Amino acid sequence: MKPLAAASLALGLAGLLLAGCGLSDVPVPEPPVPGTSLPANFPAPVYALDANPPNAAAFALGRSLFYDARLSRDGSVSCGSCHQQFVAFANAGHRLSHGVANRLGTRNAPALQNLRWKSEFFWDGGPKNLETLPLAPLTNPLEMDETLPHLLAKLNADPDYTRRFVQVYGPGPINSYQFLRALAQFTAALTSASSRYDQVARGEHGAVLSAAEQRGRVLVAQQCASCHATDLFSDESYRNNGLDATFGADSGRAHITARAADVGRFKVPSLRNVALTAPYMHDGRFATLEQVLAHYDHGVVASPTLDAALRPAGGPLGIPLTAAEQADIISFLKTLTDDAFVHDQRLAEQP
Amino acid sequence: MKRFSISICTLALAALALTGCKKDGDMPANQVGTVDLAFEQTVGTAPLALSTQTYTTPAGDQFKITTFKQYISNIKLTKTDGSVYAVPNSYYLLDAAVPATQELALKDIPVGDYKALTFTVGVDSARNVSGAQTGALDPNNNMFWTWNSGYIYTKLEGTSPQAPKAAGATEGGLVFHIGGFLRPNNTIRTVTLPFPTGTNLLIRTDHAPEVHLNADVMKMFTGPNTIRFATLSNTMGGANSVLVANNYAAGMFSVEHIHAN
Repeated sequence: MKPLAAASLALGLAGLLLAGCGLSDVPVPEPPVPGTSLPANFPAPVYALDANPPNAAAFALGRSLFYDARLSRDGSVSCGSCHQQFVAFANAGHRLSHGVANRLGTRNAPALQNLRWKSEFFWDGGPKNLETLPLAPLTNPLEMDETLPHLLAKLNADPDYTRRFVQVYGPGPINSYQFLRALAQFTAALTSASSRYDQVARGEHGAVLSAAEQRGRVLVAQQCASCHATDLFSDESYRNNGLDATFGADSGRAHITARAADVGRFKVPSLRNVALTAPYMHDGRFATLEQVLAHYDHGVVASPTLDAALRPAGGPLGIPLTAAEQADIISFLKTLTDDAFVHDQRLAEQP
Repeated sequence: MKRFSISICTLALAALALTGCKKDGDMPANQVGTVDLAFEQTVGTAPLALSTQTYTTPAGDQFKITTFKQYISNIKLTKTDGSVYAVPNSYYLLDAAVPATQELALKDIPVGDYKALTFTVGVDSARNVSGAQTGALDPNNNMFWTWNSGYIYTKLEGTSPQAPKAAGATEGGLVFHIGGFLRPNNTIRTVTLPFPTGTNLLIRTDHAPEVHLNADVMKMFTGPNTIRFATLSNTMGGANSVLVANNYAAGMFSVEHIHAN
């Protein structure tokens, strides 16, 4: 009785599976969607896996959108133009980035990594959801300069996109919801957690740090981790790190909050892959990590909103670091480079 | 043994199902009806006519309105016994240029006698940051700020001879984009309108009542804060938007009448 029941159950299930797939085409197993496992050394994500459950076809759709220059008004710029995988999806060698018609933006393009763990985006925290974030660069006249209705019309006129959206989201024209959800399938998949530092932190593969890297790790924990906190290496706060005395060109967080207390404060960026993401700061003013550390050592400028961490009682502004300490810190920062991430073919533009 | 346990299971399920059915049939609370909320805009006492009509504020500024769009959300109905029914997922975008958008058909309202209507002018803070949306909240409705996530709750655009204008022009533009949910510039406002004395809203299974509501657009510019277009003609969130929100919370909306139907 029991074996028979089990057998009929198995047959029934097999029948269901066959009916679902169609008898003729044997499905090729999809490679797993990147970023579907949550790193053990990370906190709980903001954009949970079940918020937009990873799906191979939806992820591939999002990837196509990310690399498609037709998303810009004149077809000249894609998301990937200014967010290049080989530099952790920052813009290599660009203080500021070029939008359509070679227009120059106003801020340095940040790395796109571990976005699943962020509740506010950009240097000023304006966009507050991973799904709606892309609407900003898509419509910014200095970036992609497109309108959402026109963009959707272009997608709906493309037979390949319409076929693929129907496959994932069912029949009907492509709408903004489907477009934004598909794009988020890709952006949420950009998890960088395979650096040598991560392997050490998780005790994997017998990875170790050199003496200099280890000294740098201790220094970062002591001197930098009040802002570059947790294994995400940012506390996601907005701080004035003493770049200028006034902030007429870019008020930073105050652009969003309109509060005087927020003038000159910018989002603390992650240190992950920082060796790849030059130039640095919201305006890309520093070309090297050496310049960045020199700034913290002796370049910090006073202003009313300068962060308290850079105003030690009775001492000079900034974080005093000897040349040897700076070198050790940079040695450690290089262990945060995630080669597997920047070379993951699944995240690359597909032929 | 196995068969026996299956039978018990089946019986238990059947019992559960029966209990569920019985409850549904006997409880009047589960009977539902519909109500339509019919919105209309006036400017003072004159009907809102887009682009053609010139209006004058009590302070003496002339203006025309070319666009008027407004979110009404989180609708609640209060029964005469004081209990409140919140209409789930109630988000509507009124557009003065599209009459159909001004008729809000509320379904599955528990039958009963209701004495007041409450709604949010705008969108609750949670939905401002909830990611991709459909329907009234679709960012494709051109009511979503991309650079600072959040909806424009009320959008009034137009012209005024008093507004700052380009050299040689006779009129300047009016851009009142009221939105924002972060303190101190939160512009989400909730309005409660008691139904006129002696006229409760009766929701029944066999009636389709209509509540006619008026929104006096002039109230954006008068009330607690007098808005003069020479000094304020363009706001997209922030402290000036709060002035306008406080104005419209103080008396823009009124219940005209209820059709029992």
